Order: sequence, then C-alpha cells, then structure tokens
Amino acid sequence: MGTNVSGIHGGRLAPADYEKNFSDLHPPLDHHEALVAADRCYFCYDAPCMTACPTSIDIPMFIRQISTGNPIGSAKTIFDQNILGGVCARVCPTETLCEQVCVRNTAEERPVEIGRLQRYATDTAMEQNIQFYQRAERTGSRIAVVGAGPAGLACAHRLAMNGHDVIIFDARVKPGGLNEYGIATYKSTDDFAQREVDYLLSIGGIEIRNGQKLGRDFTLGELTENFDAVFLGMGLAGVNALKTEGEQLSGVEDAVDFIAALRQVENKADIAIGRRVVVIGGGMTAIDAAVQSKLLGAEEVTICYRRGKEHMNASEYEQDLATSKGVMIRHWLQPKRVIGKDGKVAGIEVEYTAMQDGRLVGTGETGILAADQIFKAIGQTFDPTGVGNLRLEAGRIAIDAEGRTSMARVWAGGDCVKAGEDLTVTSVAQGRDAADSINRALAAAANPAVAVA
Amino acid sequence: MADLRNNFVGIKSPNPFWLASAPPTDKAYNVERAFKAGWGGVVWKTLGEEGPPVVNVNGPRYGAIWGADRRLLGLNNIELITDRPLQVNLQEMKQVKMNWPDRALIASIMVPCEEASWKAILPLVEETGADGIELNFGCPHGMSERGMGSAVGQVPEYIEMVVRWCKQYTRMPVITKLTPNITDVRKPARAAKAGGTDAVSLINTINSIVSVDLDSFAPQPTVGGKGSHGGYCGPAVKPIALNMVAEIARDPETYGLPISGIGGVTTWRDAAEFMTLGAGNVQVCTAAMTYGFKIVEEMITGLSDWMDAKGHRTLEDITGRAVPNVTDWQYLNLNYIAKAHIDQDACIKCGRCHIACEDTSHQAITSMVDGVRHFEVMEDECVGCNLCVNVCPVDNCITMVGLEAGVVDQRTGKPVDPNYANWTTHPNNPMARQAAE
Repeated sequence: MGTNVSGIHGGRLAPADYEKNFSDLHPPLDHHEALVAADRCYFCYDAPCMTACPTSIDIPMFIRQISTGNPIGSAKTIFDQNILGGVCARVCPTETLCEQVCVRNTAEERPVEIGRLQRYATDTAMEQNIQFYQRAERTGSRIAVVGAGPAGLACAHRLAMNGHDVIIFDARVKPGGLNEYGIATYKSTDDFAQREVDYLLSIGGIEIRNGQKLGRDFTLGELTENFDAVFLGMGLAGVNALKTEGEQLSGVEDAVDFIAALRQVENKADIAIGRRVVVIGGGMTAIDAAVQSKLLGAEEVTICYRRGKEHMNASEYEQDLATSKGVMIRHWLQPKRVIGKDGKVAGIEVEYTAMQDGRLVGTGETGILAADQIFKAIGQTFDPTGVGNLRLEAGRIAIDAEGRTSMARVWAGGDCVKAGEDLTVTSVAQGRDAADSINRALAAAANPAVAVA
Repeated sequence: MADLRNNFVGIKSPNPFWLASAPPTDKAYNVERAFKAGWGGVVWKTLGEEGPPVVNVNGPRYGAIWGADRRLLGLNNIELITDRPLQVNLQEMKQVKMNWPDRALIASIMVPCEEASWKAILPLVEETGADGIELNFGCPHGMSERGMGSAVGQVPEYIEMVVRWCKQYTRMPVITKLTPNITDVRKPARAAKAGGTDAVSLINTINSIVSVDLDSFAPQPTVGGKGSHGGYCGPAVKPIALNMVAEIARDPETYGLPISGIGGVTTWRDAAEFMTLGAGNVQVCTAAMTYGFKIVEEMITGLSDWMDAKGHRTLEDITGRAVPNVTDWQYLNLNYIAKAHIDQDACIKCGRCHIACEDTSHQAITSMVDGVRHFEVMEDECVGCNLCVNVCPVDNCITMVGLEAGVVDQRTGKPVDPNYANWTTHPNNPMARQAAE
C-alpha cells in the first residue's frame, strides 16, 4: 500500500492512514473528562485567562457552569462574547493566550484545559441546535459586509441581533474564510466551519452572496451608496513571493493554496505530495503545511526559517507538534535559488544567515537541500484592489479603536486591518466591536437626541 | 517505632483502627478481608433479636455529596441493622474470632427497649467469644420509627436503664454508641456513665437528606419515587463528631470516660485528631466504603510515622492531649493578635484571598500594586480572621502570624498587651466581673 517514489504523488499512504492522520488533533472531551478538567479551575478573581482572551470570554464562569452540570448556560456565556467560540476552541493558540496565564501554570505547570472545555460547551449547545439569540425589531438599516470569514461573520451576527439586515459578499465558493480554507485539517474536522456558519446564520437577517469579490464584481463606492454602513473583513488575499531564481518551477507552491486544497478535497490521497518537502517560513502556515505534508506521507519534511527559534511566529507548542510528527525545523537559513531539473523542482539552495548590527544578513555560506516540492509560507499580504482611497497603514486598512476606517460609514476588521494579530479570535473581537460601533452610529443617526443622552 | 497497640476498656487490638458497625462488617467474608488488610478490630454489624430478620429496601440505600473531582465528602444511608438471621451472624462471629484471636471483635446490638429482650440476647453474644458489646442507640432512620436506635439514644433515662441491664446480664465490656441527633451530647453520655457503661462511642449518623432529584422532585436515595431521611456520615461530619467527642472529654461529669471516636475518619491525621481530643481509639466506615479496606495501611503508617517524628511512643502519649486546650469562647485571650501573611513565592495569584476579603470580610488584601497583579495583606485592615487562609488553594501559602507583645498593631495603633485578658473581664461586657484592685 502507498508509494515512496520520488517526485510529487498522491496515494502515498494506505487509506486508513489518511483517516487516522487527519482526524481531530485533540479529540473532544467526553462528559467525565470535562467534569474532571472543569474541577481544576480555581474561579480566580479578575481571572488572568479572561484578560488574555481577545474576546474577553468569562472563562471562570463558563467553566463553573460546566462543573455544575449546565453546559448549555456555559455555551451562552461563551457565545455572548464570541459567537465563533466553537472554532476558536479548536484553533486558538491557547498556549499563548488564556492557558498561558492560567494560575495553574504557576501552581503545577499544567493549565486548565480551557480550549477543550470551551469546545465541550459549544459542541453541546450546537449539537442540540440551541439558539440563544433573537433578532431585535427590524431597524430597516441595511449593512454590507465584505468577507464571510471570522470578522465578517461575527460582525454580521451582532448586526443581525440588533435588527439590521446584513448582506455578506464573499469571493469564495463557500463562506467561512480561513475557518473553511485556512486551518489545518486536523484542527477542525467534520465540516465544522460550514456547520458553524449555519448555526450562526440561524438568527436570520443575514444573506451571504458567494463568488462576489470586491474590486472585481462590485466597488466600495457601490456599497456605500446602496447600504447604510459597510464592514470590510476580506482578510489577506495576497501571498509573498520568494523572489529567487527558479520560483516558477513546477513544484513550487503557496502553502495557503496547499492547505486550502487539502481541506476541500474529498479524498486526501488525491493530494499530491513530494517525497522530500521543504517549507519556507516560520509562522503557523509553515507549520500547518509542513505537518500536513508529513501526514500525507512525505518522507522528509524540512522547515527553513531565516531567523532563530525564538523569532518564529509559530508558538512553541506548534513547533513541538511539528517536530513530534517528524518535521525537521532548521533555523538561520534563507532561500537563495530553487534548483530545477527537467522543469521541475529538484532542490533548493539555501544560505546561512546571521544577525549583524541588528540586521539579518546572509553569511555567504550556502548549501543544497534536495526537494521535490517547496511550499512558500513567508507571509500574506493585503490586496487593496477595490478599496479606493481608503487610508492604509503598513499595507493594511487603517482603523481607529472602534474599527472605523478613514471613510465615513465604512468599518473594517480582521486580518485586513493594521491592528490585526492574524488570529481568528482577534478577528472575531474586531468584527463584533465594529458591529457595536455601527449600531451606535446608526442609532445616533436615527435619533440624535437619544444618542446624546 | 511507635507502639500502636491499643487497649480499650480491656479490649486489646494491634492498632486503634476499628471498623464501625456498618455494611462493611455484616458478614464473615468482609470481616476476614478487613483483618487480612490489617484492621485492628471490627464492630460487627448490629444484631437484632431472634426471629425473622429485618428487611431492607431493594432500591438504592445510599446518597452522597461530592467535592471537586467527585471526591466523596458525605454519605447518607437508609440501610437498617443486619438483615441476616441472628444465628448465622453468631456462628460467623464465633468462627472469625477463633481465626483472629489477636483482633478485637465487638458485637453491636439493637433490640427492643425491654429487659427481657436484652437479657435474652446477651448470653448468645457472649457465647461467640466476642470481646465486648456496643449498644446501638444511634441509628436515626428506620429502626428509630420502631422505638429503637436513636429513639432510645435521645432519652437519657432509657440509655441509663438499658446500660444497667447490660452490665447486669453480661461480663463483657459495654460500649454505648451515642446519636448526634440531640441538642447536648453530654446528657446521654452522663446517663450512660450513670448506668455503668465502660465507654461511649460517637457519633452515629446524622439525620439528613443528602440531595433532591430535580427531575422527579424526590429526595435521594429515591425508592419508588419517595425518599426518607437517612444517616449522614463521611468526611463532612468529622467537625461535628470532633466537637461532640471533646464536649464529653472535657465535661467534669464524664471526664476520663473512655471514648471510641467515630465520624468521618479518613486518614491517620483524622484519627490522631480524634485521639488527642480524648478518643482511646477510632472507628471507620465511610473511608473503607469509598476506597476499600487497604486504606488502613495509610492510617497505620501515617500515625506511626507522625508519632515517631514527634517522639510519642504509645497511644497513651497522645490520647486527650488537646482536651485541656478546648475551652469556652469567653476564655479566649482577646489580647492575642494575629495577621495574615502571604508567601509571595508560593502565591499563584488566583486572587481568591482578595475577593473573599474584599467582598465578604475586611478589605485587607490588595489586588493590584503599582499596576501589577499582586496580593498582599494590609496589616492596618487585617483582623486576623483566617478566611484567606481557608480559601487559598495552595497549602501553606497564607499563614497567620501572631504579633509579639509590644509590637504595634497597625489596625488599632496600639501595642500588643502581653497579658491574658478575656471577655469575662472586658469593659464592653455588661456582665464583666470587676478585676481585683
């Protein structure tokens, strides 16, 4: 079963291995496990975990609700702050957020399993399709949301709750944004992204129009003309190039495309993978691509990062996950040239790097790594097509504390804004807060006296 | 090595850990296993009079409350005395005692409050070779509805009367088991002593409804849709038992009366506490029912190791040692001043001490210092109440530190008075006695 021939091929593994490799990374807690885990929470005062959560979920409260046999109430506590609490429970780097600051770390270097408990509560409510929110009386206001990712969905839900009508325009075939296309398969299984979208849309008042891309199918001007407010949450559409010789060779691919294809494909064996894979980059995308290459049966997977371990954007936990799956992480190496043979990738020449006077420089020493396939994971960029005169900052949309852009009646949030941390949970917070800001602005416009009072 | 041998009213056992009269001691099979595990003695499950035995419910007999991680804290039961024929129990007792001559075997007895009934059963028990008898005046459920158990234990005159019959009709030592379901436990203890009892044992279980099923709206354990109050035991009742033991140990009328301590003994430490408050030995049930008989090993080694570490050689060295330090509130030294102290290295910054103090006590613990999460006692507000110590999840992180005489109490601005002074002489006490000029 399977094949280990060189080159880029599908079907490297036996069918059962694909299923095993791409099942839930952290299986859900069962009832007993959840109670045991919940009992470890100290119900801290002014809990550090809550402060560390970008959406400020009342974590001690939701865990106490689990421990008292009220997982549904617990789910509401979570959704009140974060309507995408289900996916955040799966993909949040809790090791650098809530769980990092859990006082149990100080006590015994093992935090309360906040992420998994959050999943337990949200799964329980979603499995029973319990809807906690109703729409307020319709306001008649119509709001356009660009992007059906975490920011756009969170914004749309909060707007719908407040009685506004929302239309979401999304460039892709399916809604969900990175939840659908950008997460390692084993972090969110069983079509969770679509189930979560369906759950969220049950509130009503939200219409999603897929295949609608800003700058191609409509303009920002049209939106501001036809809607009372606009929220931009289209994420990062561009990817950085290596800008080295040989980049055009067959076998050099964008990691984000690989990750998206893997999520969408019916049969994982159909995804072709090299025998030797090199991933260039040091963030979560690099880790996700490398780990999944290994899980698809690549014999040798190497991450090359041009700085040291401590500079990697991927958390230590993610790095450990990669190495535990057999991925080799090499530091202080930058790509110099992709080497081809018969128009296909055969290897990559890399150069050692070092810090000199605070600047990263190549040392001149080079080496060659054999490779059939190279994934580029060196960052994504904001594609400003269609945003017109909107003020940008460091290449992304500039916003104020409430999510307002430089243009009247236009808000923005998520990865496409400057303030973004490129985390799902931060995007949710920004979408939610922008919705509140929009709601206040619309209320003020409708009834100035009340708004002043 | 500390000597754990126990001599309780002449009944000898290799250690002071007896199994109390309860389900674990209902038949030879269990008792044999207990002795193999190392228990010093057992009080056989309560015998009733000759004739058709009592019957138990056929639904659940126990209910419970739990702490974190579903640790069983309190158990409630509605089981009655033994439901096996008297002769079967007697035969088994005799055989077990023959097999284990070095262990204590006590017969618990509950028969109607009539002289003839007691006179009839005592010779039968004596014939087994049992080392003593325990009079079950304690069970609060079921049997009490039939005028036995706690129905007797709640009337001191009955206690005295029955104890007297027993002393008259048997040479075996008599241990009178008391019910806690009474206002002042000293009264039944005095009555037992007046009747000539050799010892008292306490506490039996406490009247309780342990929980309510919120779907069927019935108390638990629920038998066919209804529940009845049961007898409560386990770690949760230990504080009540300790107090009752101490009350009898320090009562001038019963001072020196041997006591077998019962009520939530789960670890060696619990046993040592009972003994320092005057118990000559302890009886255990719920801990065994929760973890099995093996726990006695921890009790034996723990007690022995502690005694070695502290230089106590025999059980006599520790029995009753805390009794002189149990006093009435009015005699507590009001000039003693303590302040909480938080060990910053041990603190995990959960903030529970702060919120407990802030919301419910004396606003004496910081939550933030110079913009940093930091919990520290403000001595000018701290009244030394100990709540922070009790709510802190880390052992020994917060401690109470007594102020030396002469040191200024930041809260009152006054130096600590070295002299003992209690409420009886306090100026705010309208009943205060005049101090001698």
